[in-house]
Amino acid sequence: MNWFKYSSPASFYPVAGKVYPWFFAAAMILFVVALYVGFAVAPTDAQQGESYRIMFVHVATATLSMFLYVVMALWCASSLVFNTRLSAMMAQAIAPTGAWFTFIALWTGALWGKPTWGTYWVWDARITSELILLFLYGGFLALTQAIEDPRRADRAGALLALVGVINVPIIYFSVRWWNTLHQGASITVSAAPKIAQPMLVALFAMMLAFWAYAIAAALRRVRCIIVERESGSDWLRALKRQGTL
Amino acid sequence: MLKVGGLSCVRGPRTLFRDLSFAALPGDIVQVTGPNGSGKTTLLRTLAGLSRADAGTIEWNGGQGSRDTVDTPGTRGGQGTPGTHATQGTQGVPALAHSRAYVGHAAGWSGTLSAADNLILAWQLDGEAAAREPGAVVAALEGMGLVRQRNLPVARLSQGQRKRLHLARLSRSTRPLWLLDEPSSALDDAGQQLLEALLGAHAAAGGIAVVATHHPVAAAGATIRRIELGG
Amino acid sequence: MSGARGEPSDARGERAGARAERASAARAEPVSALGAIGWACRRDLLLTAHGKSELALVFVFFVLVTSLFPLGVGPEPALLRAIAPGIVWVCALLSALLSFGRLFGSDHADGTLEQMIVSGAPLAALVAGKMVAHVLVIGVPLAMLTPLIALQFGLSAGAMIVAVAALLLGTPILVGLGAIGAALTLGVRGGAALLALLVLPLAIPVLIFGAGAVDAAEAGMSAGAHLSLLGAGLIAAAIGCPFAAAAALRIALD
Repeated sequence: MNWFKYSSPASFYPVAGKVYPWFFAAAMILFVVALYVGFAVAPTDAQQGESYRIMFVHVATATLSMFLYVVMALWCASSLVFNTRLSAMMAQAIAPTGAWFTFIALWTGALWGKPTWGTYWVWDARITSELILLFLYGGFLALTQAIEDPRRADRAGALLALVGVINVPIIYFSVRWWNTLHQGASITVSAAPKIAQPMLVALFAMMLAFWAYAIAAALRRVRCIIVERESGSDWLRALKRQGTL
Repeated sequence: MLKVGGLSCVRGPRTLFRDLSFAALPGDIVQVTGPNGSGKTTLLRTLAGLSRADAGTIEWNGGQGSRDTVDTPGTRGGQGTPGTHATQGTQGVPALAHSRAYVGHAAGWSGTLSAADNLILAWQLDGEAAAREPGAVVAALEGMGLVRQRNLPVARLSQGQRKRLHLARLSRSTRPLWLLDEPSSALDDAGQQLLEALLGAHAAAGGIAVVATHHPVAAAGATIRRIELGG
Repeated sequence: MSGARGEPSDARGERAGARAERASAARAEPVSALGAIGWACRRDLLLTAHGKSELALVFVFFVLVTSLFPLGVGPEPALLRAIAPGIVWVCALLSALLSFGRLFGSDHADGTLEQMIVSGAPLAALVAGKMVAHVLVIGVPLAMLTPLIALQFGLSAGAMIVAVAALLLGTPILVGLGAIGAALTLGVRGGAALLALLVLPLAIPVLIFGAGAVDAAEAGMSAGAHLSLLGAGLIAAAIGCPFAAAAALRIALD
């Protein structure tokens, strides 16, 4: 199958339009399942009581925020190597969702921290790295928005994302060193209580839910970007006339 | 020696030029005309390697020797290899990357440095032998009527004088392909004559020049090809 | 021409040789990578010498901002000694940030950056040369100012020396990251703030290991591990940043 056939915005647009509602639906269903299992089925934790349940959202969004950054960087690499406009558009479609997930991860981490360790913010390695990841997303979004020429914005953003993704392991490593150096016994927010089976199911379901949502949001957003960029082109006007925009 | 095939340039919603093809042999001067906004500057910048075209090829030294092709996939769904500039030319003729001299709209000189310093730096950057020749700077400046300004910072020179400084630089340039964007602008009649003499000598020595200009280009002995952009 | 017929053969050979030499000297030699580094470095140093000294601002800023902290947190010596490594590094970072716009800004404005690209000289080498000049003009003086700050904050002599060493190792890395950021934001509205947003997160490892080195020295321990990590970072940045910045410059000028 010739994947390159879909690498032009004109052919990708209708495909994305047909596909994303399914991902939204899947996300909704998985979300309900995860909530049910996480709140109704999973047992109360011996140490943390009920408040641990926020971990389901926190871990899911934190993991996905990092995963999405890598995916975004892959799209960026593709746009530079193959010189396709659509790859850059996909990267820019993913970025806001990734940033939102990072933000939610930080907030849920804070909400988890308060009842568990008495403080909203803990400068542990994972949370601090998550904060830096938020800055990296922010930089990408700011750069691509600030540059007016879309071609230059695409390529500059792509280069930045690649530089960022190379630096992420370095940053994570250095923050971990910093953390162990300054806090003797490390309090890690990720120290989840002993995982019982239903908790694992809930966690897994929640991750899938957020992943499906991220795909749906990215597809929806890339359609908006395509319309914005290609306004005035023939194929778009044809779609408008047909009423299937 | 310079062959352009199917060159297209799209900037946002505007297509500046589409499917532009022409060829230039040693000794040719290509005159590019067209109304404002027709893409003359973009064409020159693309030939200079500053901009990437959206489609098409630029061939230097075409045929036998090494071929420098700049072939960008553009809108064909991503197929084709990104352009590469070969670093080895055929015997005697350097590769495209080292064959170009460009005079654009920007001044192209550091304002705080003197004319003489700027000239030497430019020759050094291009690897010209003139940089190592003791009297070359003064001689070149003299030829362009700038010798009294040689120690003045370029910021104190007029537009026309800065253009003449480019002519001084080109007078000792061994680069075969000259890309000049409105070189006559700001030049007085004397300067215009110097420019024409320079182009004539360049063409006679086997060089190629692509000149975007409204002035009719007259250079003794050179074959003038005309390209009209725009519409 | 006098004595043409009766010329001894070696004089004739000499003239022919001189002619051939002139012919080959007339051919241009493309600039090598090392030559490009030297050219760009010399040129930037020349420009700095000729230009107005906006540079002094960077050093005044450094000293000024470090002086703000005791005013903010109180003059207690033990506290100041404890936070000194971090303060020196953060302020050095922010001061260096002020100067990064100059890396490519004026060359872009007057069109000489375009000339550098068209010339076909290795762009990464030109960028590297600019980075070297920038380190000499900004990085080294900043490092030389740290003993002053160290005195103000009551750091020990050993920590002071380590601070200088760490800054000498770290500022080239910062300049490399700054070059990438400056190239990406060339000519963009609000470029200075955007540059800060792009560079500061990437500079965090340098901050951590640099401040950690001074901390270790102050505590009487060896700073060797920190300094070697900084050294490794320096090598990686020296190799990687010029290429990334050159790619960013081409993107910016497209």
